Amino acid sequence: MTQLILFDAFNGLIVGAFYALMALGLSLILNLSGVINFAHGGFLALGGYFAYMLIPYTGFWGALIVAPFLVAFLGIIVERVLIRPLYGRDPLYSLLLTFGLAFIFEDGTRFIWGAQSLPYQVPGWLLSPLSSAYFFLTGYRLFMVLIVAVAVTAIFLILNYTKIGIRIRAGTLDLETVSVLGVNVRMLRSLNFGLGVYLAGLAGVLAVGQLGLQPTIGASLIMPSFVAIIVGGLGSLTGTLLGGLLIGVASGITTVFWPSATEAVIYVMMAAVLLVRPRGLLGEEGRF
Amino acid sequence: MNSAGLRKQAPSIVIWLLLLAMPFWLVGVGGYVELGTRVVVLGLAAMSLNFLLGYTGVLSFGHAAYFGLGAYGAGMIIRYVVPSTGLGILVGTLVGAFAAAVIGPLIIRLRGVYFAMVTIAFGQVFYFIAFRWNSVTGGDDGLIGWTRQPLDLGFTRIDILHNPTAFYYLVLVCFALAVGIMAWLLGSPFGRTLIAIRENERRARFLGIPVDRHIWISWVISCCFVSLAGALYALLNNFVDPRALYWTQSGDFVIMAVLGGMRSFWGPLLGAAIFVVLQDYLSSQTENWMSFLGLFFVLVVLFFPRGILGMMRRKAVT
Repeated sequence: MTQLILFDAFNGLIVGAFYALMALGLSLILNLSGVINFAHGGFLALGGYFAYMLIPYTGFWGALIVAPFLVAFLGIIVERVLIRPLYGRDPLYSLLLTFGLAFIFEDGTRFIWGAQSLPYQVPGWLLSPLSSAYFFLTGYRLFMVLIVAVAVTAIFLILNYTKIGIRIRAGTLDLETVSVLGVNVRMLRSLNFGLGVYLAGLAGVLAVGQLGLQPTIGASLIMPSFVAIIVGGLGSLTGTLLGGLLIGVASGITTVFWPSATEAVIYVMMAAVLLVRPRGLLGEEGRF
Repeated sequence: MNSAGLRKQAPSIVIWLLLLAMPFWLVGVGGYVELGTRVVVLGLAAMSLNFLLGYTGVLSFGHAAYFGLGAYGAGMIIRYVVPSTGLGILVGTLVGAFAAAVIGPLIIRLRGVYFAMVTIAFGQVFYFIAFRWNSVTGGDDGLIGWTRQPLDLGFTRIDILHNPTAFYYLVLVCFALAVGIMAWLLGSPFGRTLIAIRENERRARFLGIPVDRHIWISWVISCCFVSLAGALYALLNNFVDPRALYWTQSGDFVIMAVLGGMRSFWGPLLGAAIFVVLQDYLSSQTENWMSFLGLFFVLVVLFFPRGILGMMRRKAVT
């Protein structure tokens, strides 16, 4: 029993890591530009499909590095052409636009690569279990958690120690002042969007090894990412990270006791958080 | 009625006449009665959403949840409890309104995109319950094994199952009731207060208006009528499946409202009509209708942000 709980908790942790990675990207974009990017799941799926296409040429490691950048590049184009004209308008419009993009991405990937799940190669040595007692600890799973940890650390280092990162954080607090101080805010928003979408692409490359490569993978991850942001606290990236991991583990453990409630439990958690602490676990007071 | 008043009322009169005569002219232009019923049902949903979206200025992206609750409520009453269409509609509407009333206090403090995010996420609870609770809801296959029942009016029975025109008029009566109540509310001091909140929430608060409570009431009213639309939708199809609750359905309602014009009372109905006809056409023409629908969203946002009626009104002013 203990082993079963550990197994599901660990599974939940991995899924939670994907939620967190995706939610971090969403949060970055939401905080700076006030846009909820519904197409985030679509970008995630694209990351997986780009990696699938690249693996025969570059191998897994090459794909892991290149695919997210391709997704980020595409994201910046989308931001420049479609989303930029909507800044400063009612947030409703950017919502609807990315909503439509999500449809186009999901259907487009289905059109190009088919609706069925595609075989996805991860290096064989990563798949063997590390210990027979804890059979579920395959190298790939540990590896995914590791990569997510590295990516998250990198993001926090970028935000805290580079010029761009400091400007992004300043922009989330007061974009007008940042603009007055001579920062090119349009460029900043583009880069920030690219960074957020990069995280989605990275999550995509990793997640398809665990969850399977199919067009609906993005749609199934985006709502939990919203919950991660809400539970963690609006405006706090650390909160978002914590929220993602927390709901992942919670739904993993729920699988043991009540499999039917696996998905619903995170929304119940969200309701509980909103009831007891409306600003979220680490959210700033008065942010909304 | 003087001539100025008549001119102001003219669009409404024309719309009511068109709706009343729909079964007769729709077939003539190549449609079918069920299509008209769907327009009225989804139009009611979009107009109810617009009560909140356009008139209170609150961005809800989760109305599919209450639409679906109304649908399941109606279907389950007829399937499991009493085979009565009227009771199904009533209970479905009340179930959705009740859920909205309970969830309301958790979310009314939020504004803008955050409100949108929380409402859409909350909707997923009901989706997963409907999806997972196989034995009661039928799970992914949907709730089947029931049909809408004849209306028993005491002196006569109306067979609405095999007579689509009779069912259309039942839907139209419900529509008229709901739309009438909403129009009356919007014209009352309460409705004016909602518009004041939309225009300047801070000022409304300073004037002593209990803003959160007003938004809560507006939210419950809006969700109540969306549930009514959902109940009618279930009766129209004799079937409910979890997709009626899925978050993409919420987006459809919002795009209907925006396309027709959020600032006009009848706009969402027009938007729903265009949306339903377009979806009906696209899904018969291509397997990739989802892409076209997505493209449609993008084009509406980029080129028709004020909606069709909003643009017409603007042209008339200039």
